Amino acid sequence: MPVVVPLTLREAIAALAEHPDAMVLAGGTDALVEINEGHRAIASGASSPFVVAVDRVAELRSWTIDPASRTITIGAGVTYDELMDDPLATLLPALAEASRTVGSPQIRIAGTLGGNLATCSPAGDALPVLSALDAVIQLTGPSGDRTMAVHDFMVGVKRTALAAGELITSVTLPLLDGWQGYSKVGVRNAMVIATASACLAVDAPARSVRLALGSVGPTIIRATEAESFAAEAVDWDHTAMSDDDVRRFGELAGAASRPIDDHRSTAVYRRHAIGVMAARLVRRAVPGGGS
Amino acid sequence: MNEQYTLHVNGVDRAVTDAWLGENLLYVLRERLGLLAAKGACEQGECGSCSVLVDDRLVCSCLVLAASAVGRRIVTVEGLAERGAPSDVQQAFVDTGAVQCGFCTPGLIVAAHALLDRSPDPSDLEIREELSGNVCRCTGYGRIIEAVQRVAVARRETPQEPS
Repeated sequence: MPVVVPLTLREAIAALAEHPDAMVLAGGTDALVEINEGHRAIASGASSPFVVAVDRVAELRSWTIDPASRTITIGAGVTYDELMDDPLATLLPALAEASRTVGSPQIRIAGTLGGNLATCSPAGDALPVLSALDAVIQLTGPSGDRTMAVHDFMVGVKRTALAAGELITSVTLPLLDGWQGYSKVGVRNAMVIATASACLAVDAPARSVRLALGSVGPTIIRATEAESFAAEAVDWDHTAMSDDDVRRFGELAGAASRPIDDHRSTAVYRRHAIGVMAARLVRRAVPGGGS
Repeated sequence: MNEQYTLHVNGVDRAVTDAWLGENLLYVLRERLGLLAAKGACEQGECGSCSVLVDDRLVCSCLVLAASAVGRRIVTVEGLAERGAPSDVQQAFVDTGAVQCGFCTPGLIVAAHALLDRSPDPSDLEIREELSGNVCRCTGYGRIIEAVQRVAVARRETPQEPS
C-alpha cells in the first residue's frame, strides 16, 4: 500500500527517508484540489507514487509555550479551527483572525499551519502573520533538523526552501506585548481567497510596528519603510498617532506592495486596498490622536 | 489501479478494491461503495455538497485522500438515518420546506448534525457561520436555518440520545 499513515514523528521521518520524493499530505485542502483537477501527480520522479499522510502524527498536532523566551511553538499539523479558538486565539490574536477568514468550517477543520507554509501561496492567510511575527520554522529531514526564518523559507510563488524528504515540524512565534490584527479583502465576505491582505503587529516594549502584506507579491512582503515611519510617528507614551501620519503610513504600505494584474484583481486596486487596510490597522492599534 | 484497503463507513468495514491511489473519498463512496448521497459539484472544497464526518469532524470528502482515511470512522448522511427512518434533522428539513432540488441537502444534513452535536443551542449567527461551507442555490437558506432551530428546540424539550 503506497500510502503510509505514521502516528509518530519518528515513523514519519523514516517513511520520508525511504521515499524522499513522496507527497507529504497534511489537511489535503490544497493537495486534493490539485489532484482532483489533474494538475498534480501523486509523486514526481522515477519511483512509484507514494504518500506520507501526516495528519495523525501526535507531535505535529501539539503546541508548547516557553515562558523564558516568551515564545510559543506550534506543531505544523495544528488546524485553523484550533488556531481560531482559545487558548491559542488569545495568545496569537492576529493568527486567530487570519484563520477565521480561511475557507469554510470544513476547510478550517482540515487545513493546517504547516500546509499553508508548504503550499506557500502569496494568498496564504497565515503567512502575513508569520511574516509580521518573524516566525522561525523547524524542519526535519534525512540530514537532520534545521531551523529557518520564515522569510528565508518562502522562496517564491508556491516555492519553498524545503528539501526532498524534508518535513515542516513546527513554527515558533514570539508572544508579543501589543495590539495585533489581520485584514483581508476578497470578492465576498466568506470562503474567499485574498485579493490583498495585511497583518500588523505592535511590539510595545520595543516601540516597533510590524506590517506584512499578502497577495501583492510573489511571497509575503514586509513594509519596512512604513514600519520605520510608524516607529517614529507613534506617540508611544499616549498610544497616539495623527490622522496625517496614519494616512502617510497607508501610502508607504501601498508603495511597498508589488502587485500584479491577474484573474482575481488588478495591481491598481490591490495597491489601493493595501493602503486602506494598513491605515485602518494602525488606527486600531494606535487609537489615540485622531481628529 | 490496484489499491486495496478497507474503510469504516457508517459502522461497517467496507472493502475497496482495484482503486487508484489518487481517488478522493467522495469518489470512493459513490463509485466504489455505492453510497450516492454525498454529491460532487465543485471538487475543490467550496460547495460542501460532499460533506461527511470523519472521526466526528465535518470535512469535504472531495478533499480527503480515500486511502489515507483507513482506520477512521466515516459517517455519511446514509449513516444518520437509523434503519431507514429519517433523523430529527432530516425530518425538520422536510417539515420546514428546506429541501428544494435536494442536491445540497445531504451535505447540509451532515453539517447540521455536526453543528447541533457540538452546539445544542446555536444562535442565528452561529448557524449561518457553521453552515457557511454548504452552498444552496434554491432556498435562500431561511428554511434551512429554521429547520436547525426547530431541532435545537425539540432536542431541548425532549432530551434524546445523540444521533
